[in-house]
Amino acid sequence: MDFDLSEEQRLLKDNVERLAEASSRFAKPDAKHRPGMVDRDVWRHFGEFGLLGLPFSEADGGFGGGPVEAMIVAEALGRHLCLMPYVASIGMAGSLLRFGATPDQRRIYLPEIADGTKLLTFAYQEPQSRYDLADVETTAKQVGREWILNGRKCGVIAGDIADWIVVSARTAGKRFDQNGIGLFLVEPNGPGMMRNSFVAQDDTGGAEIILSDVHVSNSARLDAGGEGLAVIERASDVALAASLAECVGIMDAMLKITVEYLKTRKQFGKAIGEFQALQHRAADMLVAVEQARSMAIYAASMAGNEDVDARRRAISAAKVQVGDSLRFVAGNAVQLHGGIGVTEECAVGPYFKRATVLEMFLGDSDHHLARFAETDEPEQIGQVEL
Amino acid sequence: MKLDFDDRDKAFREEVREFLRTSLPEDIRRKMMRSAHPEKSDIVRWQRLLNAKGWAVPHWPAEWGGTNWTPVQRYIFNEEVTQWPAPETLSFNTTMIGPVLITFGSAEQKRRFLPAAANLDIWFCQGFSEPGAGSDLASLTTRAIRDGDDFVINGQKIWTSTAHLADWIFVLARTSQTAKKQEGISFILVDLKTPGVEVRPILTIDGHHYTNEVFFTDVRVPSSNLVGEENRGWDYAKFLLGNERVGIARVGLSKARLREARILASRQLTRSGSLWTDRDFRQQFARLEIELKAVEITAMRLLDADKHREKGKPNPMSSILKIKGAETQQRSAELMLKAAGPHAIPAKWQGNGADDAVEALNSWAAGKASTFFFSRAASIFGGSNEIQRNILAKAVLGL
Repeated sequence: MDFDLSEEQRLLKDNVERLAEASSRFAKPDAKHRPGMVDRDVWRHFGEFGLLGLPFSEADGGFGGGPVEAMIVAEALGRHLCLMPYVASIGMAGSLLRFGATPDQRRIYLPEIADGTKLLTFAYQEPQSRYDLADVETTAKQVGREWILNGRKCGVIAGDIADWIVVSARTAGKRFDQNGIGLFLVEPNGPGMMRNSFVAQDDTGGAEIILSDVHVSNSARLDAGGEGLAVIERASDVALAASLAECVGIMDAMLKITVEYLKTRKQFGKAIGEFQALQHRAADMLVAVEQARSMAIYAASMAGNEDVDARRRAISAAKVQVGDSLRFVAGNAVQLHGGIGVTEECAVGPYFKRATVLEMFLGDSDHHLARFAETDEPEQIGQVEL
Repeated sequence: MKLDFDDRDKAFREEVREFLRTSLPEDIRRKMMRSAHPEKSDIVRWQRLLNAKGWAVPHWPAEWGGTNWTPVQRYIFNEEVTQWPAPETLSFNTTMIGPVLITFGSAEQKRRFLPAAANLDIWFCQGFSEPGAGSDLASLTTRAIRDGDDFVINGQKIWTSTAHLADWIFVLARTSQTAKKQEGISFILVDLKTPGVEVRPILTIDGHHYTNEVFFTDVRVPSSNLVGEENRGWDYAKFLLGNERVGIARVGLSKARLREARILASRQLTRSGSLWTDRDFRQQFARLEIELKAVEITAMRLLDADKHREKGKPNPMSSILKIKGAETQQRSAELMLKAAGPHAIPAKWQGNGADDAVEALNSWAAGKASTFFFSRAASIFGGSNEIQRNILAKAVLGL
């Protein structure tokens, strides 16, 4: 057991921190791009740095990066409030390719994903659903060597600009059934596809998509084995682990900004950071950040675990801790800034909004507390008999 | 970053478990499971068994009985042993006076006290706090005045836990009146049998006698009992208080309590199942489990980070472990009490022979209130949680 980063990992961290800072939400906007809007040049730049191909296997042309590498990248993005849809696209949708696609399919899709030419995302949420990934009413009906998809997907992260969208659709069964869910890669500008874009609360882009008799070749079905939900859940645990690291980066930044403010803001003749109540509040924020960091590391260590129950349990536990910490740190960061904390101009506001959105990514902490409480602790030693 | 235990570590864990399984005397095990209140003789017996194995003081230098384990091994050992129904080794000996003597003591003091401390031949207790010097320890007034080759000590210490069982006490006493109060304090060893020493019990709300006041009236000790340099005692105290933080959060203790709370809860049957299947209880339990996991990993991270730190300089981040450790100890004690419910209320049976069976029926609930009451001290002793927050704010955040 060793918590140090390797030389390679430290290099990755340095590079991505620089990239993230340069493409931060706070970086100088230009006429073409509103804050949070995906700059495709930047995305391609990410590709050049190997970030987009990072988690894919070397056999598939990637770099074989694991959950620790994903954690390093995501944390940097969070810290600098870089709103590139890395976790949703590469972490989540990319993992669907990794776990569900055949080697041939990966050979077809991965190169353009890795170099940033094509941006991939995953459409899973529906108007009637909350966080249950099996709550799918979009249908996929097989006709010959094609599938015909009908339905609505909402809250598609980066759905406004994605070139390829993986859609979860029902090949059999009814709403909430665990079986009968398939994964299909569609082109959002194809026939039958309608896209309504929106800007989200945290300035990121998204879309609702409506599928009306959209024809998808069988070769674009990503779960050849028919294990759609299992692939989705595995990918979402990987994405969640990365997302939690992004939250830790956000918390690091919010704490740092807040402590700086406490040292510089003067009232009653002194820096407000000299008041013990605020010192203790800041100390509690530090405790919350470190507890979250520990669980993000734990999530990364369990994201690839073969024992599905142990993996789910660990990821959900981590989400609960990170969510609790995030709420506390973000809320107090705004609070300790006083009035300016609720303005758009002060940095804590955009961080707070991003935190709020991330808390709901793939299930909020309440959802995950319930998921955790359903699972059971594996038999441990020293089971004391009473 | 490698986050799992390798085969060597796994084998080590097995080795520790095997030793615990086979070496803990059955009578001690049963007593601990029933009430978790071992007698002095139990504590001594167990520490001597550990010492015979060479495991009583794993973190000491090898020349004084240490094991040269890696930080991971020390972590694994601590995790296993603290979840086992065995008494803890005496921390006053193993993590307080031991390291201080190793680092600052004379050759004679090391020779005389270290093997005895490891084997619990000598039981030490800690004379730091005073009625007027708690969080503000440096304002202590117990004084030690040089008289020939001796020191004469006058004053009073409080919260001297186990002083009623102990042989020696290590005392912080004022040996010089200086402008800066930290600079006139010395660290002195006192044999509790020395004339003028009086130990008075303090009853705590858990109903047990664990702690005491100790009064010093013209207590004469040889100057060779001084540890290190005169007037440098505050440095040694800081070293002692910042030392050996691997077990400070007592994760093993909270884990054991959670396990017990779960068993108790599943035996409390209700209209719709049991307390264990009750959604509210289950969620409280789940939240605590999760928080405890986070504490455990934070402890592992800080332990690992030690390898980058200057030896002897405590990591101020360990205050996180003290704060969260205390909170989780308290909440786990509270969950056990919740599970015990009203059956924990009878504290002392009058023994009027009315119906033994009833008293015995719910005796399992008996200790839970006591544990809960004592757990309130966890956020107070060893540097209160408020002081720990001061440390974090100042030493980590620079406020």
